[in-house]
Amino acid sequence: MSVRPFLGKASAVIGYVLQTACITHCIIEYVGDFVLCTGPSMEPTLETNNILFTEHITPRLQRLRRGDIITAKCPTDPKQNICKRITGLPGDKVKGYFPRGSQVVPRGHVWLEGDNSDNSKDSRMYGPVPQGLIRGRVVCRVWPLNKMSFLTEH
Amino acid sequence: MLFRSLFKSFLFGVPIGVTFLDSVGYVARVEGISMQPVLNPESQNKDYVFLSRWSVSDYQVNRGDIISLVSPKNPNQMIIKRVVALEGDVVSTLGYKNKYVRVPEGYCWVEGDHTGHTLDSNTFGPVSLGLISAKALYIVWPPDRWQSLEAKLPENRKPISVAV
Repeated sequence: MSVRPFLGKASAVIGYVLQTACITHCIIEYVGDFVLCTGPSMEPTLETNNILFTEHITPRLQRLRRGDIITAKCPTDPKQNICKRITGLPGDKVKGYFPRGSQVVPRGHVWLEGDNSDNSKDSRMYGPVPQGLIRGRVVCRVWPLNKMSFLTEH
Repeated sequence: MLFRSLFKSFLFGVPIGVTFLDSVGYVARVEGISMQPVLNPESQNKDYVFLSRWSVSDYQVNRGDIISLVSPKNPNQMIIKRVVALEGDVVSTLGYKNKYVRVPEGYCWVEGDHTGHTLDSNTFGPVSLGLISAKALYIVWPPDRWQSLEAKLPENRKPISVAV
């Protein structure tokens, strides 16, 4: 009937919820998270509606390698995310995007391509992608369960 | 006993602190002279600004805003510049490979106020909105420099054509 124990319990619950939300935020930002990928651009390596586990540690430490599959913010729409493979690191020569023939990947950027070359909007359309847009590196597929696997290099 | 309770407070405080810094904002020191005279007018005394992460959570920036972004040339470096043009605008550039640039969709054009002493879009071209980290709202230190930073464009750097 009294208010004080109720307030005490309510603030304890709020405290726990807040703490859990903050820990979750830190894990998702700095450790890793699960992402749902849609679209055909990474077939046959990844199919639409696969759930992948991505880690956020290697991008922050600049330890990405050619052949890694990464998730990044889309250069032409920051609210969307893309999932592509790194096919060029800074200094690499790549077949450039229209209208150029070939170009060198500039400092601080990477060249992204989807494994499904015919059906992928990637660096061949929007050019080299600044590394600051990269969010995570795909480690393994966790769904569908019968297709769980580590994803190996191209 | 003391160590355990200190450890528990630390464990309790770090996620909340980090989440606050990531979601609300933080104070940062401004290095360099590229935004003179608005920021760091005397090179010896550095300004400290409050960077609001909350304001850019949906990537809505206006022309004239001072923003911090991840440098396209070096992902480990944050730079602070003013947004001069948004997608669809046409800018006349200072020293870029093309004289006029139409800012593509999802990009913006940033420049430092101190023309000639700044590494900005005139060097690396339009910047993807996804690189924007925070908006600088106030100068918070030193106390005699307390002020709110206005979103205004220098007259001679306005885009020559503005998208509707």
